Amino acid sequence: MAPLNEESLARARAVVALYPERRSALIPLCHIAQAQEGWLTPEAMEQIAGLVGVTAAEVRGTASFYDMLHLEPIGRHLVAVCTNIACLLAGGYELLEHAEERLGIRAGQTTDDGEFTLEEVECVAACDVAPCVQVNHRFFGPLDDDSFDRLVDELRSGALAGDVPRHGVLCRVERAVGLLARPAGDGAPAAAPVAAPVEPPARKATRKRS
Amino acid sequence: MITDAAAIITARLSAHPDSHTLERYLATGGYEGLRRALATAPETLREEVNKASLLGRGGAGFPAGRKWSMLRQADVTYLVVNGDESEPATFKDHLLIERDPHQVIEGTLIAAYALGVEQAFIFCRGEFALGLERLTQACNEAYALGAIGHDIFGSGFSVDLVIHPGAGAYICGEETALLESLEGKRGFPRIKPPYFPAAVGLYGAPTVVNNIETVSNIPWITLNGGDAFAALGQGSSTGTRLFALSGRVERPGWFEVEMSKTTFRDLIYAPAFGGGVKDGKELKALIPGGVSAPWFGPEHVDLGLDQDAVGKAGSMLGSGSIVVMDETTCAVRAAWRIARFFWRESCGQCTPCREGSGWIEKILRRLEDGGGRESDLDLLMDACDNISPGVHWPPEQTTICVLGPSIPSAVASGIRMFRDEFLLHVKEGGCPIRGAR
Repeated sequence: MAPLNEESLARARAVVALYPERRSALIPLCHIAQAQEGWLTPEAMEQIAGLVGVTAAEVRGTASFYDMLHLEPIGRHLVAVCTNIACLLAGGYELLEHAEERLGIRAGQTTDDGEFTLEEVECVAACDVAPCVQVNHRFFGPLDDDSFDRLVDELRSGALAGDVPRHGVLCRVERAVGLLARPAGDGAPAAAPVAAPVEPPARKATRKRS
Repeated sequence: MITDAAAIITARLSAHPDSHTLERYLATGGYEGLRRALATAPETLREEVNKASLLGRGGAGFPAGRKWSMLRQADVTYLVVNGDESEPATFKDHLLIERDPHQVIEGTLIAAYALGVEQAFIFCRGEFALGLERLTQACNEAYALGAIGHDIFGSGFSVDLVIHPGAGAYICGEETALLESLEGKRGFPRIKPPYFPAAVGLYGAPTVVNNIETVSNIPWITLNGGDAFAALGQGSSTGTRLFALSGRVERPGWFEVEMSKTTFRDLIYAPAFGGGVKDGKELKALIPGGVSAPWFGPEHVDLGLDQDAVGKAGSMLGSGSIVVMDETTCAVRAAWRIARFFWRESCGQCTPCREGSGWIEKILRRLEDGGGRESDLDLLMDACDNISPGVHWPPEQTTICVLGPSIPSAVASGIRMFRDEFLLHVKEGGCPIRGAR
């Protein structure tokens, strides 16, 4: 359990500066928090709330809607087995059953050593390699029982560490620049990533839509 | 008739394993479309897209040119590219994002210029980690090249682009839910009217939302003209389309083909494409356009891959994903898995969708597992009728978005096409097919 460190905060502030309204950065900031801790800690949600100008409850209420945002700690490797229609037709459920047996846990559970969390997921758009699995959102497929076992071994030994960073690390390429379309001082967002002030959460008047 | 694959959007990625790099992109005509566009009047570009009759490739098939023409004039407008591809069995945008990210970005920039938009977003599905990395890398490179930012290529036009990661929710593919998500909220589709983000979109400002495959076509249209695009295909289905083929076929994969000219039979059986039903089995049914689409039987395989033709036959080309079921496929189980998907992904705002999906999922599971009753078939159709009165195609709408009316497609198709198989589940106390597989 930890708040955002200085590095994560700097990344977060640069991201906030990219959006016309701060709240738009809420989900990208949740990803930054997960990249640091592997899950979305209550402390991080408090900080995100301050950074984007909403309450911590609103961050939690938003984050809980999304499958990729984890409000509880999970394993270093999130093994997501797809069982949707294309994978079902290629043996996705049989693969999930094997995965449960191999890892000794049911879908939704984490191994005692904290290495693996197993999930049954909806279509991840890799139906040409069904049945497919994502580990920390990196694709593997088509897999049978044997290739699944090898995958688990390689994940455990660290042989795949270069391809599969630990859970939470999503995009390893940082945006290089801020907004450049309008020169600074134009009344528009500044060109370079600047620190957005951390303000106490404030409720804004709801914008009229029509 | 089997036509050769006419490659517009997959030409580069088919020929080059390094198609995602800037080096390869520039060596194969990359950003020439943008340069040409910047030397052309925006209204001329919009007219070319109109002439191309480019239909939106996200699922609804709405003409892109018309969508553009609806953008309300305002001081601030936005362009959002929808890369939240989540319709089960659809994997074309995933391919385009990972393998040709610069093409996506160039199409986005041309669209922004044609629309006079100064800030664009590409909403990329969060589960596409590699796609996010490649898009971000390409975005950085395009900024460094001077293709994005202030006064791009010395044209006087300025635009910013932000790659926005999603966080896992099927419903965010619905354009108003996507905008809510981009505003940092739960992905709840907005109440209509207003019907179009072009009137009221991101932060209430006029916004065009285009699909990844749609914008990927824009550089080619800019360089070759709308007429050249419209010369491919026939009727309202112009150009090429990237189809995703999966399920019980020998060679699942993606195939870009000229619209209308290729049939479902070609795509499934031709050696150049699917290579036939797996293990030489008989075709039982196919889903012509994502799991929201009603199923087709073998009698429909000679239909062309044409939006109007498929619509007239009672289904939709939708997201361009075709799923093949063979004689080893249990119709009840297939319908159950699709119902389970909708039940898990319903955002929960509307009662017919939230409750109906759960009812249908539970009844189908009971049939599959041996606890079914003969009356369950009527009960299922009644639940479908509560979600979408009449259970016909195109469906009646009782909910805020089209997720709800999509739920009956699979289960009603299953019952109508394979009634005896459903009844056999009741009679035999469980699945008669799964055991045989």
